[in-house]
Amino acid sequence: MNPIAHSPHAHAPASISKVMGTVLLALVPATLYGFWLYGWPAIFLWSITVASALIGEAFVLRVRQRPVRPALLDGSATLTAWLLALSLPPFAPWWLGVVGGLFAIVVVKQVFGGLGQNVFNPAMAARVMLLISFPVEMTMWAAPTPLSGEHALSFAQGLAITFGGAQWDTMASASLLGHVKTEFTRGVDLLHSLPGYFEAGDALSGHRVGSFGETSAVLLLLGGVFLIVKRIITWHAPVAMLLGVALPAAIAHAIAPEHYLAVLPHLLSGGLILGAFFIVTDPVTSPNTSAGMFVFGFLCGLLTWIIRTWGGYPEGVAFAVMIMNALTPIVDRYIKPRIYGRDRKGTALPAKKGA
Amino acid sequence: MMFFEKFFGGLRGGVHPEGKKQLSAECPIRSVPLPQKLYVPLQQHIGAPAAPVVKVGERVLKGQLVAAAQGNVSAPVHAPTSGVVSALGDHVAPHPSGLPVPTLTIESDGQEEWVALAGIEQPLELAQEDIAARVAAAGIVGLGGATFPSALKLNLSRASGVQTLILNGGECEPYLTCDDRIMRERAAEIVEGIALIAKAVAAQEVLIGIEDNKPEAIATMQAAAQGSAIKVVAMPSMYPMGSEKQIIQVLTGKEIPAGGRPADIGVLVHNVATAWAVQQAIRYGRPLISRIVTLSGGAMRTPCNVEALIGTPVEELLTVAGGLVPPVARMVLGGPMMGQQFTDMRVPVVKGTSGVLALTASETGQAEASPCIRCSTCVRACPIGLLPLEMAAFIRVSDLASSVALGLKDCISCGSCSYVCPAHIPLVHYFNYAKGDLAAQERGKLKQEATKKLADARNERMARIERERAEAAAKRKAAREAKERAAKEAAEKAQQESSASESA
Amino acid sequence: MLIAIISLSILGAALGLFLGVAARRLAVEGNPLVAEIQDILPGSQCGQCGYPGCAGAAQALADGSAPITLCPPGGRAVVQLLAAKLGVEANLSDVEESVPKVAEVKEEICIGCTRCFKVCPTDAIMGAAQQLHSVFREACTACGKCEEVCPTESIKLQPIPVTVQSWYWQKPPMKEAA
Ligand code: SF4
Ligand code: SF4
Repeated sequence: MNPIAHSPHAHAPASISKVMGTVLLALVPATLYGFWLYGWPAIFLWSITVASALIGEAFVLRVRQRPVRPALLDGSATLTAWLLALSLPPFAPWWLGVVGGLFAIVVVKQVFGGLGQNVFNPAMAARVMLLISFPVEMTMWAAPTPLSGEHALSFAQGLAITFGGAQWDTMASASLLGHVKTEFTRGVDLLHSLPGYFEAGDALSGHRVGSFGETSAVLLLLGGVFLIVKRIITWHAPVAMLLGVALPAAIAHAIAPEHYLAVLPHLLSGGLILGAFFIVTDPVTSPNTSAGMFVFGFLCGLLTWIIRTWGGYPEGVAFAVMIMNALTPIVDRYIKPRIYGRDRKGTALPAKKGA
Repeated sequence: MMFFEKFFGGLRGGVHPEGKKQLSAECPIRSVPLPQKLYVPLQQHIGAPAAPVVKVGERVLKGQLVAAAQGNVSAPVHAPTSGVVSALGDHVAPHPSGLPVPTLTIESDGQEEWVALAGIEQPLELAQEDIAARVAAAGIVGLGGATFPSALKLNLSRASGVQTLILNGGECEPYLTCDDRIMRERAAEIVEGIALIAKAVAAQEVLIGIEDNKPEAIATMQAAAQGSAIKVVAMPSMYPMGSEKQIIQVLTGKEIPAGGRPADIGVLVHNVATAWAVQQAIRYGRPLISRIVTLSGGAMRTPCNVEALIGTPVEELLTVAGGLVPPVARMVLGGPMMGQQFTDMRVPVVKGTSGVLALTASETGQAEASPCIRCSTCVRACPIGLLPLEMAAFIRVSDLASSVALGLKDCISCGSCSYVCPAHIPLVHYFNYAKGDLAAQERGKLKQEATKKLADARNERMARIERERAEAAAKRKAAREAKERAAKEAAEKAQQESSASESA
Repeated sequence: MLIAIISLSILGAALGLFLGVAARRLAVEGNPLVAEIQDILPGSQCGQCGYPGCAGAAQALADGSAPITLCPPGGRAVVQLLAAKLGVEANLSDVEESVPKVAEVKEEICIGCTRCFKVCPTDAIMGAAQQLHSVFREACTACGKCEEVCPTESIKLQPIPVTVQSWYWQKPPMKEAA
């Protein structure tokens, strides 16, 4: 053993837990707002998802004979489960959170080799799995019943919803994208199905039907900007993803407004904002370079729009992200930074006598 | 693609470590009491070690040549003070291996008696070759840390033609202030040195690049350069701005071709302290026997800058800085980003020693490495545009060829990637290991080829000997047979004759 | 269900058969390869691999009956060349462990018998009868033949000492093999 340490003998004040912690911090406002909006069921669901992910992580690490504590403390499992919980319907039964949390950690993350080795974004892969396996539970959206409002659910009612499988009359409603899709299949075009269903103000404040963390676009946006300012993420992927949705949406809407949703409802609905700032920026499953991130984000956005518009499911973020995750190595292969003193192809620049 | 380049980068990479220069920046250069013993290694430069020209027990004068350059790439070594050569043997080296190297020990006699120096009144009238020759004789090497023999650089550049001479006053390593101080205190000498270097290579343009975190140095140098063709340029403070590749890119917008040298694009880079040494060598004839060293770090009692004789043991320097404040986590020679840890306080100051740092645990910020989260912070930090995470992953599984394909050989080992990695992965350690291993393999391959030739030659020789032996044997046999035949024939003839005569 | 199982099995069997036949048919002719491999090997015929000389070893390598790490004097350089030639993974971990060595003569006990001098396949030993023998480090492949014949155990393989010039950083220790 060489007792001499290699340089550098200094280190930036950065660590994995700091990175994860900052991301978690950025999620807090939107999450708290979601708690307030949907009340106890959301709180229960969130807690149980996070708890099951942590237990799953601890269990697998124990089995693989890896140190458990540092891995739990680095915050990566918490973040995965947190993101998953935010994308679940707030009144979903408890076992959905458990199955999702365990699947995300055990199958998507640890089986691939643990932190940094997974190919797919665990939160999105789990969401896709749940959506395919339990389509009914995964689309049982609910209208907001703010904790401080008159329809607020009591603690006991919350228990009944999350753990008792109780039905609630606010749960019938469909999300905007789902509504549009359903109406569409019934032959009702957008000009008739949309009025009264989409108000930009409501969408911004989150007063609308959706999964509990996705609803408040403003707070998520704020969290995202905070992360960019903190240099945890770069702007490339989020901006590209929003562009990827907005551009085709704008073009299509301009051509046929009765067939295609406008830009704003696209941007503000579903998991797009959450996806753009918190999912496609996931370090593990995204490309290495800024340019690669831009391409990756843009294609994620484009795929999302395509799936939303022509696909079988109303929402496409999770699918788009998973498809692009699979393509990440290809993006990385073709988009590499230019090396100093070489051209893009990697051949050395010619030795020339300056101008 | 041009659009991509503009959009996603400019001057790429780099990190902004905490400067910590304020610790020693305001301390004028102090002198160090003459040490009892000086340990002068024979190799303080890149290239072949110098060969000693003095014997143990011999008295030497200050500035006397004690070891001569050997071969093309080498530099001579001079006695830092007058005294007696008390030993020629192994002494701990300022090298991460901690291995001893051949070192001359000089016991000082306290007289500081100089050899006769051959200074020059009008240095700028010297011929180009003479400047280079005097620089070579003075044992001057790159004082920025690269320790490449300076005269060689001058000669190479003169041969290939140089447009731009760049003086590197970047000093981007945290803590270090030795170049800052020398620029503030010895600006006039530096400017003369620059003029000499510019003359030696016939440079048309002379730039001094100084990071903008050293406003006093910029002002002093500007004042000193007034009236000359020298331009002082303030550069943004960023690590590794002081690296040759970066400073050229910032000041000229050009890039050194991969695998090439600055001379390939008509640029020559020298450190400002080297310019000072050149001036001293030519105007006064003084060889390089001292240098400015920054003593700093959180565990150094009074950080300061000193002018130390080459060969001064570090422990002597520490007394000038008031000693250490325990607990010291790590002692480092050079800057924290690329410097080397050392443990033996007897290591001497050498030509390339820019600083001695005593760092506390919180300053080194070391932690256990954890798995890579592919955050690509390292990719963003790399000033060369490499993919440190991918390269390290390949090296980890011993696939050095793939990491070379990703550009391992372009890595300048600046350590920016390791510095920022949130997972604390020792990326640059991987790269230096891989580079060392590749070099060893290369050596092995060369040896392999050479020995194969030898083996073939021997096999051939053996075969030839065998053949010759066989041929000789065959010849002998043939000769014998011929002889026998001849004898037989003769006998037969004789018989015939005798019988004939008988019958006759 | 049954149909699915049967059809898949048939498919599998057919493909397997095809691959097997293809492997036989398309097998690379060994002979040019042997010569190429022999070019890579040190050619000192030291026999340390257990084959009769480098030619035998090259044949065995071409057949695939010998590991590419078989040649101790060749070191890692040869392993890598062989790996590239044969298109197999170079597992250097086995080779790394053998420290590079070189023969050294212990001067006090060398009797100048010239036996080592005669067997050295690379002419790395210099000497004459009744004279002290010495080794050119640069030419020695550490094949060990001299060690075998030395009657006084004067000549021995010694690890090459690490110097500042040859030293380099070790691979960072790996804790997590993830
Ligand atoms: S900075 Fe460290 S953790 Fe991030 S990608 Fe690079 S090596 Fe991996
Ligand atoms: S050490 Fe090499 S890979 Fe790392 S940042 Fe510097 S040049 Fe890039």
